[in-house]
Parts: sequence; C-alpha cells; structure tokens
Amino acid sequence: MITYDIPAVVLLGAQRYDPTLGEAIAELRIKGKIATITAGWQEREDDDEDLKEHLKGRAINLTLHARGEDVFRKDKELLNAHRERQTLLRHRQDFYRVRLEHALDAQHVIDQRAAPDEILEDEARTSIDAIRNIDALHLDRCTRDRREFDARYKPEGRAAVAAHRDQIAAIIDDCEAIAIAGGHVASLLNRLRLFGIAELAKGKTIFAWCAGAMAISERVVLFHDSPPQGPGAAEVLDAGLGFVGDVVVLPQPEFRLKLGDRQRLKVMVRRFAPAACIAMPARSRVTWLRSGPTAPYGAFAIRDDGTHSFEPPSRAGRGVPSSTSVSLSPSSTAIPIPSAPPSLPSRDV
Amino acid sequence: MNRHLVIQDLLKSGPNHGKVDAFFNAPGRTFPLVEGPHATFVWRGDVDGVTLRHWIFGLESESSLARVPNTDLWFLTLDIPHGSRVEYKFEIHRQGTSQWIEDPRNPNRARDPFGANSVLQGEGYEVPDWVDPDPDARPGILEPFSFHSKTFDAMRHGAIYLPARFRKTRLYPLLVVHDGSDYVNFANMRTVLDNLIHRLEIPDMIVAFTDSPDRLREYANDERHARFLTEELLPDLTGRLPIIDRPQARCLMGASFGAVAAFSTAYRYPGVWGRLLLQSGSFAFTDIGTRNRRGPLFDRVVEFVNQVREEPTAVSERVFMSCGVYESLIYENRSLVPLLDATGMQVKFVEARDGHNWENWRDRLREGLSWLFPGPLMFVYE
Repeated sequence: MITYDIPAVVLLGAQRYDPTLGEAIAELRIKGKIATITAGWQEREDDDEDLKEHLKGRAINLTLHARGEDVFRKDKELLNAHRERQTLLRHRQDFYRVRLEHALDAQHVIDQRAAPDEILEDEARTSIDAIRNIDALHLDRCTRDRREFDARYKPEGRAAVAAHRDQIAAIIDDCEAIAIAGGHVASLLNRLRLFGIAELAKGKTIFAWCAGAMAISERVVLFHDSPPQGPGAAEVLDAGLGFVGDVVVLPQPEFRLKLGDRQRLKVMVRRFAPAACIAMPARSRVTWLRSGPTAPYGAFAIRDDGTHSFEPPSRAGRGVPSSTSVSLSPSSTAIPIPSAPPSLPSRDV
Repeated sequence: MNRHLVIQDLLKSGPNHGKVDAFFNAPGRTFPLVEGPHATFVWRGDVDGVTLRHWIFGLESESSLARVPNTDLWFLTLDIPHGSRVEYKFEIHRQGTSQWIEDPRNPNRARDPFGANSVLQGEGYEVPDWVDPDPDARPGILEPFSFHSKTFDAMRHGAIYLPARFRKTRLYPLLVVHDGSDYVNFANMRTVLDNLIHRLEIPDMIVAFTDSPDRLREYANDERHARFLTEELLPDLTGRLPIIDRPQARCLMGASFGAVAAFSTAYRYPGVWGRLLLQSGSFAFTDIGTRNRRGPLFDRVVEFVNQVREEPTAVSERVFMSCGVYESLIYENRSLVPLLDATGMQVKFVEARDGHNWENWRDRLREGLSWLFPGPLMFVYE
C-alpha cells in the first residue's frame, strides 16, 4: 500500500542494460519534467548521460550526493556528527549480525533434527520468532539512534542543509515525477533523509529501481546469497522512507538470490511477514496506486514455502520472466506466521 | 584403481618408441594426465631414474617413476583428491648425479622465493578468475616507503597500496602485510586487491606491504617487532594517511612465520589490531617440554604458542585462518582454532587441498579479506 501522499509509486527492475523507465512513464501519462536522484552512484552521480538520454531531455538531476558533500564541507559540526553516527551504525550492524548469525545457525540446526511433527513445527515457529525479534530490535535501535541524532543536530534547520533543500524543493515543484536510481543503498538513503525528500515528494509520482526501490520501501533488507565470504544472511539495514508498505523489495534476484534453495527463501519470507518479499528481476515492474498494487509485470513474490514462479530468462525469453501476472497481495504469498628441497627443505617458516 | 587410464592402454599395447610418440602427441592431451581422481606424471628420456619430488605432507616426499618396458618413458600414477593443487619437481638421476627440474611438459608454474615449481592442477581445481588483471578494474597505486625504526635502529622498507579511487578526504581501513614483497610477487596480491575492490567484495583500503631483513628472528615472537609495528609504524601511517582509527579497521596478516608475527603482535597489544588474517601459521607447540621436533628455529614460537594455549585470550575481534591439508602445519592450525574460538573472538578457519606455498595463500585471499572486511557488495544494487 502507498503510505504517503503520493499518487503512484512504480518499482522497476534494474535499468542499466535494458531500461524500461520510459515505458513506465508513458504508461502513467507523465508529460512533465522528471527530477532524478542518482545519489546512490556516489561520486559517479553526474555520470547520468544514459539516463538523461532515455528520458529525452526531461530529466533534472537533483545531485543529492554532491549537495551532501557541500553541506559537509560547510558544516564541520554536522560532518563530525555524521561520522560519529556512521561509526555507531557500523557497530550496531556488526553486533546485530553476530546475534543474527547465531540465531540463523540455531534455526538451521533445529531444522535438521528429527522429532514429532508438531514439536518441529512449534520449534520452527520459535526459531523464526527469535530471528524476527532480533530484526525488530535492530530496526528499533536504528530508528531511535536516528531520532536522537535529528533531535540533537536538527539537520533540517541548519543553514547549509536548508539552502540546498530550498533549491531542491524548487526543482521538484517544477517536476511531475521523481525517478530514483539504484546504487549504494545506505548512501542513497542518507541523502534522501538529509534533504527531507519524503516531504518534498508529496504529490509527485515516484519511479524507483534497485537501491532506489529499496530505499523508498518501509524496511531496507540487504541480501546476497553468494557473497565471497560464504552464504550471507539477509540483514535489516534500517527503515526506508516508507512510500510503499508491506513489501520487502529484492532487486536483481536472478543474481543475488539462490532461487532454487527453498529452505533459505522460506526463512527469508517468514522473517519479514506479513510484508511480501517481492523480487524484481530485469524488466520487471509493479505500480502502486492508492488502491493497491496493479499490473505487476515480471515481478514475483516469494511464497511462504520458499517457492516462486520465476523461470530463468533463457527459457522465458530476453530477460523477461514468464510470470507476468502474479498477484502481489500478501495473502498470495504468505501463510500467516504467528507473532510474527637436499631432503626436502622445510617451508613451514 | 577402477578407472580405465590412458597409461594402462599404452602399457597393454606392447609399447615401443612410436607408440610413446603417439601417446604424447594425442590431440588435446596435457600433462600430467588428470583422469578423475588419478594423476599420471610422465617423463621421457634415457636416464637412470626419475623421482617425483613434492611437498604433500602425508605422502612419501619422494616417489619413483616406473619405466615403461622397451621405451624411454617413465610414469607414476597417484590418487589426487578432488580440487587438489600440488607443486612438484622431477629429480632426474643420470650417471651417478641427480638434478631437480620442472616438468617440461607442464606449462603450469608457481614461482616462489626459492625459484619455481611445476603445478599439478587436480580435477576440480581452477585458478580463481580474480587473481589475474581485469581490464575493467582500475589499478591501485603501489608506492615505496622507507621508515627509520627506533626499535631496530635501522631503516625499514616496504610499499603502500592506495586504492584506485583514493581520496584524502575519505577514511580507509589499514591492512599490514608481513612478507609484503612476496605477497605482491608470488601471490599477485596487488592485482587481487584491485579486483576484489572493483567487484565490491572488499572496501577500498590502504595496505602496507612490509618486509623484514631477518624474518626468521623478527617474525618468531619478537617483542621488538610487535613494538615496531604497533608503536612506530601504525602511528606513522595513521598520522599521514586517512586511516580509520578503530581496531575494527586495522588488520595484521601473514603466512607461515609471518602469521606468527601477526598473531604474536596482536597478543602483545590486545585490542589494537581488530582483524587478523593468519595463513598456514607456523604455530608449533609442545604438550610436554619446550622443544618442538622442528628444531631451535621454532623455540620462540613454541614459547608463544604454548602461552596462548595456556591462556587463550581474546586479543582481536575477527580472526581468519587458513591452512593447506597437505602441510605438516595442518595439525597445529586445527589445534589452535577451538582455543581461539572459545575466547569469544570470531574465528573462521578454511582448509584447502594445497601445500605450504604462495599460491595456496593467494587462493584464500578472497575469502579471508572479504570475511574480515566485507565490501559494499551487500549495499550496492544497480
């Protein structure tokens, strides 16, 4: 559901190689200018020629990353406070990860045990509850830390921030929609918050993909099933802007998820229920109107049992998932989860 | 041996010079012959004997090749477990003398400070694709540095790696590498860093490649070395480079005696070095007495490891350890893991079917570095 005063939110699959943003904009009959946010690209923020070309000259980049750097250059107190907060967040994420990995290990061990079905089912629920509690605690702490930071440093009222915010507001006011690209999701989220984009976006149609789509959902979940250091556990990063609720956005599932690993997917879905875990492969699209999600194309929900409808592009055509009409309502995805060398020389030296 | 092997066909065929020629010239054939879990080493020449020399702990260090009757072909078939990587040489015996040589029919070589070895790549082993230069990865900079150590009253030399997108206004983690020149020259570490950073698997980081003029002494639990690193080099680097001033952002790494140097330094300065990467550590110890079978070179090491075993202490936060199962040190490394783990440090131990060599250490860099310093891969969605 849309939780903000926004007419429509369109979530898209990755846009780098085969952009579909233009089609989505045309479909909603957006004729005016489009404010773009590429802050997730960080220092490469202005390397946006392809995006501008795709939008046929209607794009105006809000340059949130560069504006943020300018703010930190001018306001050293805020810079130092920001760095302290980053350190705090790293500690929080690290300790959260320690707890989470142990809880996931316990869940895995219990899942392998033999016992009467009713006991196993009860214990499985308890395992998931324990993980959900760790996720919830982390999210609460992130929210609390952010509120304390905002209350103490009042970024929105600081001269350097306010000056840029006024300029950004004027640009957005002149636009009909905002397009938020992917990139580094934490960095993007930081800039979106610093300049109060949630408030400034009221009344505008939002298009977002990859990290952009994650950042505007209610909860940002980091995930990668095959990182080099071993099987990764999905982690809650923080609350997102919350333009759309009841979903966890999973971009690039074809690369980042082990889509054949039902057990793994099942745990993920149950962790975040009742929100639906929506995977967004290339060329996929979901449009949220105030009435709810409509016309999903290529996106698919991971079901409560870890199954899904995605077929690899090689069988389904050029990057287009075969399933193009999957309902994204949580009810279709979830069984409710209660509570949610002479002789050889020694070389050992 | 149940599997049908090519060498057996030759043996059954009534081998002669022409059939040996055909054996070698068969299209697509590479040597040693790897057929499933079996590897056949071959040598051709009119000599008195051929011995396979290898460094696989657990097998006899020398194994003779057998001569195929009526020919000048010598062969030896060994069972080589899946995923193995074996460094070896041939020892050729001729007219009362012998000579160690690399296998002329095997193009795979591994260089090390002693020269080079031939490499058998067993079934399932592949050279990782992140060890060779990637044209898309922007190369970092390697700058030599010199440093006068008060502790040693001598100049110390090394090289500083700065990532490709280095900016003075950003802060970076610091990795200090023992035997730095060898890691660069024999483990492709500069290229590995470029590639892993490019792939977002590790963050941009500053790396100090250090060397010692007397590593067998200074790396073997030498208090001066620990003081030099922690009280001299670290403040110097932190003072002139944008380094994150937190233990979690400081890592010591090394292989063999270099791993002892890294761990013993962290042990002397608990809480300073928050990350350790210890490869094939020479962690010799004794259960009774103080003399290890490895000899006096290890006396200081034994003293240190015995102390650790007596009083295991959490001195760091995360410790990545790796060791080859074909090393004699596998026993010492396996023994250390549960002790360190019980201290509350996060310990990850990885074994490989490889020996005590630089390419083993190279092949573990990705897993070790990305576990100690996860890159932004989990954060970037484009």
